[in-house]
Amino acid sequence: MRFKHVFSIIGPVMVGPSSSHTAGAVRIGRVARQLLGRQPEEAEITLYGSFAETYSGHGTDLALVGGLLDFDTDDERIPEAFAEAERLGMRFSIKPGSGTMPHPNFAEITARAGGLEASVQGASIGGGNIEIYSLNGFDTGCSGYYPTLAISHEDRVGVLASITGTLSRSGLNIGFMNLSRKERSGAAMTVVESDRRPGEELLEALRKLPHVERVSVIDVT
Amino acid sequence: MRFRTLNDIAEICREESLAISELMILEQEKETGQPKEEIVAQMAGYYRIMKEAVRKGLETETKSRSGLVGGDARKVNEYASASEPSVGDWAGKAMAYALSVSEVNASMGRIVATPTAGSCGIIPGVFVSSQERFGWSDEKLVQGLFGAGAIGYVIANNSFISGAEGGCQAEVGSAIGMAAGALVELRGGTPEQAVHAVGLALKNTLGLICDPVAGLVEVPCIVRNGLGAVNALAAADMALAGVRSVIPSDEVIGVMLEIGAKMPSEHRETALGGLAQTPTGRKLTERIKAAKSSGRTSG
Repeated sequence: MRFKHVFSIIGPVMVGPSSSHTAGAVRIGRVARQLLGRQPEEAEITLYGSFAETYSGHGTDLALVGGLLDFDTDDERIPEAFAEAERLGMRFSIKPGSGTMPHPNFAEITARAGGLEASVQGASIGGGNIEIYSLNGFDTGCSGYYPTLAISHEDRVGVLASITGTLSRSGLNIGFMNLSRKERSGAAMTVVESDRRPGEELLEALRKLPHVERVSVIDVT
Repeated sequence: MRFRTLNDIAEICREESLAISELMILEQEKETGQPKEEIVAQMAGYYRIMKEAVRKGLETETKSRSGLVGGDARKVNEYASASEPSVGDWAGKAMAYALSVSEVNASMGRIVATPTAGSCGIIPGVFVSSQERFGWSDEKLVQGLFGAGAIGYVIANNSFISGAEGGCQAEVGSAIGMAAGALVELRGGTPEQAVHAVGLALKNTLGLICDPVAGLVEVPCIVRNGLGAVNALAAADMALAGVRSVIPSDEVIGVMLEIGAKMPSEHRETALGGLAQTPTGRKLTERIKAAKSSGRTSG
């Protein structure tokens, strides 16, 4: 089921004018921001399909930038997002991309700060709901319906067991889970969608696990 | 969720003597693990925002970002109060309120997507005008929103609710179906009648393309919300009178999927066809683009 519950139909509360081109765009921007884990210093945004054709009229550009500033869908600063970005020192570029993407409302974002980089490919599927297709170049994503852990690690025996063991000890229930790797014994990413937001203590424990490199919490619920 | 189709909903409600809204709340509790009070409180907050948006659009001077539209809700509201609307006083009110919320949306004001922002006027238009008309409590209307949500959930998961995927039938069409079904329940109809109302309503919007001038959620979206609210009232009346959707509502949703999947991309929100590419549509697009490039420096 693409749409999970009643508030994915009635909701979100948002500033207009378009749930897919404004509210959904805010959420995709916010996923990139949260994957990076801090305020980006610069961001490159590429738009595809209907996003590329009609972004200006819907404020899709403002919405994506607002999301990168961690605004929620009903944040009344969204119309002023460009000025806010300037105030916070975030440079950004927005350009249309070419080629066919898996969905007509599709965006690609790369955000950087302090030598770190995060990249996201996501679609806005209607009513403010999103679907993330790729995180940091890995073919794995999330729905945005649940607090989500994105864990970068090496592809080694036992890493997944140590992650799930740590989650289990902290009482966090796993709703959905996906592991993707770029090559054998290379870089990998595990994405966990859970029923509640993981606490700081759990995040610290995950970060200390062997072969785990980065842990981000994505929460646009 | 225990239901995938409208038929599932009607069957479960019949077997367990539930209203559609009650079933939705039960399933929501199970899906999210949240207690009923929290879920209902969240929805109550949403209904307050819908009512605020109705008021805001009628009391303040709304102007869309492009300057293309605004103020039509007030015109219709004054006309409905002062003269005798051909659709009747209350349908006139529903139309005015739906226009109002959609105008607030176009001015980047705060609304609730129901199911989308492009179709955000229809449910508040029907709900708020019916509340005034029948003297219903806020609690009753909040309950009614769960019924609308259940119907939308089925449509969204078996077809689509975004104009970019399925055209306007998926946005305005879905909202009309949701409002019609919910209104049947609010007025004391059976779940089965509510399900028929959805099918009756959807048949009247099948094939509707998404062709916004300059890609903005303004023309024709706002007017379609006003007219959509009236459609929802009419479909609810037909169902309450005992009219059945001869083609079952779930099959109508299947047709929406079939049509949307075959709809050319020009007619799915890209502004490359339909009203957006009429001579006037093109002229307006040029004018908006020119105003924008001379008036903006950021980015």
